[in-house]
Amino acid sequence: MKLVFDRPKSMKDANMHYCPGCSHGVINRIVAEAIDVLDLRERTVCVAPVGCAVFLYDYMNFDVTEAPHGRPPAVATGIKRARPDLFVFTYQGDGDIAAIGLAEILSAANRGENFSVIYVNNTVYGMTGGQMAPTTLLGQRTTTTPYGRDAREGHPMRMAEWIASMEGPSYSVRVAVNNPANIVKTKKAVLEAFKMQLEGRGLSFVEILATCPISWGLTPVESLNRVEKELIPYYPLGVFKSVDTSKKG
Amino acid sequence: MRGSEAMAEAAIRAGCRLYFGYPITPQSELAEYMARELPKRGGVFLQVESEISAINMVLGAAVTGARAMTSSSGPGISLKQEGISYMAGCELPGVIVNVCRGGPGLGNIAPSEADYFQAVKGGGHGDYHNIVLAPSSVQEAAELCYEAFDLAERYRNPVMILCSAVIAQMMEPVEFMPPREQEKEEKPWALTGAKGREPRIIKSLRLEPEELEEHNRELQRKYETIKAREVRFESRHLEDARLVVVAFGTSARIAASAVEEAREQGYKVGLFRPITLFPFPKKALRDLAERVNKFLVFELSAGQMVEDVELSVAGRVEVDFYGRMGGYVPSPEECLEEIIKRCKERT
Ligand SMILES: Cc1ncc(C[n+]2csc(CCOP(=O)(O)OP(=O)(O)O)c2C)c(N)n1
Ligand code: SF4
Repeated sequence: MKLVFDRPKSMKDANMHYCPGCSHGVINRIVAEAIDVLDLRERTVCVAPVGCAVFLYDYMNFDVTEAPHGRPPAVATGIKRARPDLFVFTYQGDGDIAAIGLAEILSAANRGENFSVIYVNNTVYGMTGGQMAPTTLLGQRTTTTPYGRDAREGHPMRMAEWIASMEGPSYSVRVAVNNPANIVKTKKAVLEAFKMQLEGRGLSFVEILATCPISWGLTPVESLNRVEKELIPYYPLGVFKSVDTSKKG
Repeated sequence: MRGSEAMAEAAIRAGCRLYFGYPITPQSELAEYMARELPKRGGVFLQVESEISAINMVLGAAVTGARAMTSSSGPGISLKQEGISYMAGCELPGVIVNVCRGGPGLGNIAPSEADYFQAVKGGGHGDYHNIVLAPSSVQEAAELCYEAFDLAERYRNPVMILCSAVIAQMMEPVEFMPPREQEKEEKPWALTGAKGREPRIIKSLRLEPEELEEHNRELQRKYETIKAREVRFESRHLEDARLVVVAFGTSARIAASAVEEAREQGYKVGLFRPITLFPFPKKALRDLAERVNKFLVFELSAGQMVEDVELSVAGRVEVDFYGRMGGYVPSPEECLEEIIKRCKERT
């Protein structure tokens, strides 16, 4: 699908390097729009990951820092503890968050650190060439699971549910960006997560099911279909935790 | 006051507002002091999940321009290397206290100085340097920790304080420095929200080799400035010394007693103590090499700093070595024996 409107204030006028049909572009834009809506641009510090979104600072029109692979939640903790008045979010892939950075995200969530997490789950390591991620579905072929992922290589990890099981976080949700209706829901979820931080309620977590057509060996359209047919059945969409009980469900 | 607590107090007085750490002997007293004091004095203490997280939190706090520190010992310092390399690459300030214990591996918790290579030669990946300070008394540990924050900020570079458990655990009286005023001015590189200015980026990534090489050149120019301006050392009895003992930190304390005793006995021995391990007092040692007969490098390791002494002296005179490993701390008498042995060899 095509998004044709004005560039959000929170985005720079730059060409993105993402592959055709990659969800990162859409998600970057959703985040920028949410920051515009809440008028946060001038007090935002974003922590970019090591992964395909590493160049986030070239696209985002606010302060951005790099972090070592998997460590954005620790870096964000340092920023937010030093300057609680800043608006802080991490943007992370599934390798970044669910493999190398698992200790960092779970501990930050458990402490209820007051920042937000945009977690892009595309079931592979995009940047390094499509290797298996902790989220890769059973049977899914990747460059390091050439015969399909076997359960002995681990079961696909459901992060949003895990985060929701802890006392610290304020909000944990899974959304997708595979069709216009889901994109609208994703925007709402991101806004809700950001508001939780503004209200000082602790870590807010948005898992977004995303495409990686290049690594999946599918066309952009086929990739969107795969999200619907294969990802959503295993990774159900919904709010798994909200301290604002009226929004649960 | 205990050395580790003196460093903690000095850090707070230097304006350190955030401490992140993970317990490890023999330096947990530093964290415990911070846990008691920082919250009372407007700061943040956080015991975190690992040393990896602790250094990355220091990195995060530094991103906003805040003064932050962490401390650990060998196994934990190894885990921090990734973060330290990123801080060097991103040009972020930060202070790391490294209370060295016996290694490799889990080793033991006895005093050692065998992490010289790790501290001085990088430890993490890439062409970078920490500024490394090596105190030899509790008073000096406090002073260097206080100054470490200024150095880190001036050069936007990690500063490591390397000392053994002897310094960290020892009780000595300390005269403290006055508390620093909290700086009002924002650092021109810090991420504080792009209000009324262009957005700022903190990064080490530069995909184009030309660009990354230029970044490296800038880092190297910075290290050259540090070498030109920040070298510190202490010396004793160099005027007429024929044999000069070179030692830092705890070994320098032991060597100092031995050198004094050797002098009493009439041997022409001097002591050269590097205080900055990076920048290393290369020129001072080279100049010294023109007029002494021999150097004896004395370390609590298998011989690490000795390589830098050899490089400095560049073959002008003989460089001999004596060291003990595994957390074994030799007595001044043992050191004295080695000194006398070398003095007699020449006569
Ligand atoms: C310590 C370390 N290990 C490995 C890498 C190599 N690496 C870079 S990105 C990446 C995984 C990226 O995958 P993901 O987080 O899922 O993000 P995506 O690229 O799919 O958006 C890896 C393993 C690294 N940069 N640092
Ligand atoms: S490799 Fe995958 S995640 Fe990375 S830009 Fe291409 S499509 Fe997007």
